Amino acid sequence: MTDKAAAVRFDPVRARQDFPIFRQPIYGKRLVYLDTAASAQKPRQVIEAIKHCYEAEYANVHRGVYYLSQRASENFEAARETVRSFINAREGREIIFVRGATEAINLVAQTWGRANLTPGDEVLISHIEHHSNIVPWQMLRDQIGCVLRVAPVDDDGALILEEFERLLGPRTRLVAITHMSNALGTITPIAEIIRLAQARGIPVLVDGCQAAPHMDVDVQALGCDFYVFSGHKLYGPSGIGVLYGKAALLEAMPPYQGGGEMIASVTFDKTTFAPIPHKFEAGTPHISGAVGLGAAIDYLRGLDLAAMREHELALMRYASKRLGELNSVRLFGTAADKGAIVSFDVTGIHPHDVGTIIDREGVAVRAGHHCAQPVMDRFNVAATVRASFGLYNTFEDVDALIQGVRRAQEVFAG
Amino acid sequence: MMDIRDLYQEVILDHSRRPRNFGRLADANCEAEGDNPLCGDRVHIYLRIEGDRVTEARFEGRGCAISMASASLMTDMLRGLALDEVRALFQHFHAVVTHGESAEACDWIDLDKLNVLSGVREYPVRIKCATLAWHTMKAALEGKRTPVRTE
Repeated sequence: MTDKAAAVRFDPVRARQDFPIFRQPIYGKRLVYLDTAASAQKPRQVIEAIKHCYEAEYANVHRGVYYLSQRASENFEAARETVRSFINAREGREIIFVRGATEAINLVAQTWGRANLTPGDEVLISHIEHHSNIVPWQMLRDQIGCVLRVAPVDDDGALILEEFERLLGPRTRLVAITHMSNALGTITPIAEIIRLAQARGIPVLVDGCQAAPHMDVDVQALGCDFYVFSGHKLYGPSGIGVLYGKAALLEAMPPYQGGGEMIASVTFDKTTFAPIPHKFEAGTPHISGAVGLGAAIDYLRGLDLAAMREHELALMRYASKRLGELNSVRLFGTAADKGAIVSFDVTGIHPHDVGTIIDREGVAVRAGHHCAQPVMDRFNVAATVRASFGLYNTFEDVDALIQGVRRAQEVFAG
Repeated sequence: MMDIRDLYQEVILDHSRRPRNFGRLADANCEAEGDNPLCGDRVHIYLRIEGDRVTEARFEGRGCAISMASASLMTDMLRGLALDEVRALFQHFHAVVTHGESAEACDWIDLDKLNVLSGVREYPVRIKCATLAWHTMKAALEGKRTPVRTE
């Protein structure tokens, strides 16, 4: 089956109509949004759910005995259940609502990490992590003297599994690794990584920011210990994200922030903490955010997910092929297993200049280091242009990207 | 709406392709580094100051066409200026990239060289590309030790 034929089962043009942002032209042109890896656009269903939350069912959660508070609490917990089933966690209490994946990783570093690591213990990450899966471990290293180890990738941007395995040593206490690279699109062999680590008794945290919107995630099948992702990359609102953790681990971890909502009882002498998940949800949570995230997941589930993913991959392959045919374009991230992200540069034109010129054609791409500077260093570039695809993108969007790159080449040719 | 070529004028493209005064200045007595953490642009400005006059100006760095052209044009203009003229030129530059032109008249240097950078005012996220070299130069004159950041 050809890529275009595969895409027929999923109709992005129809899906696109669910996203109000595409109604407006940008610089008088049709919006071609190719920055879903940074943040996805929102379907009307999500926007409506948030609006309804505030207009009809809003109050603080887990407190009031009155009708609205009960409705709000039910909706908030229903969203937790939606997330649970989306990633197939065993129990709802294994789903912690946080601000985003960044907060989730910081939470694990500062609670599980501080409680379990001693000087000389090692945290193993990979060379293709987002800064949010590097910096929290460096901060922990500086606090307690643990060691950060980095598993290398090959010239295609694929994790070198043998090297990874070799780095699993007697002092390795945690593997923290991406499921799919935001800068290159590389999909890591996550099941194998988890198997290798857990065979040595080492827990694994998976950064699922890019994977959750584009791949099937089943945390029980994976067996990972922690899985984190952000709502806004999953067509949901910003400011809400998810930390999944195995219940036994979460229960043994000290709380992250102290405050209301996370306590069982408080006196000036002693506080007893609430059971999970509330132990990790101090303060009034992002109620409408959780509701919006639940709506986003419901929206996705209403689509033919398998066909949608095939369509996104077809776009990625088509874009790689078309870009590869252009003069002076280099692709970064050419691993056999990769998701709907294409990273490239154009000889003689800085990625920011490419980004500015194609923006005027209505094409939104990311130009920069993608919060993954070590990846840029690995490929000896300061920055790349990144086009990332979502369910609303079409082959026509890829053609617009190619046209934009040609335009940049024309402008720079003088 | 401006045409994209108002930003990427031929002079800008020429300076970015063949930056003038590029490379280390061995006998610099005033220098500073700047970087734009948002895009990874980096610039190192070297000045040779004798008495109250800039006798030589060079730069090293990497970045987009706007930042390289701005550094190239700036170092070209600085050579031979008295320090108070450098400070006045900085003000002119600032006016050009924020308002499109300088309200102040100027009879001691040709401001047309600066005007080729005026296109950036239409591109708010790119103004920092143009200003990086200039702020770094200012920091060098003020003897600042810590690298200049545009953020």
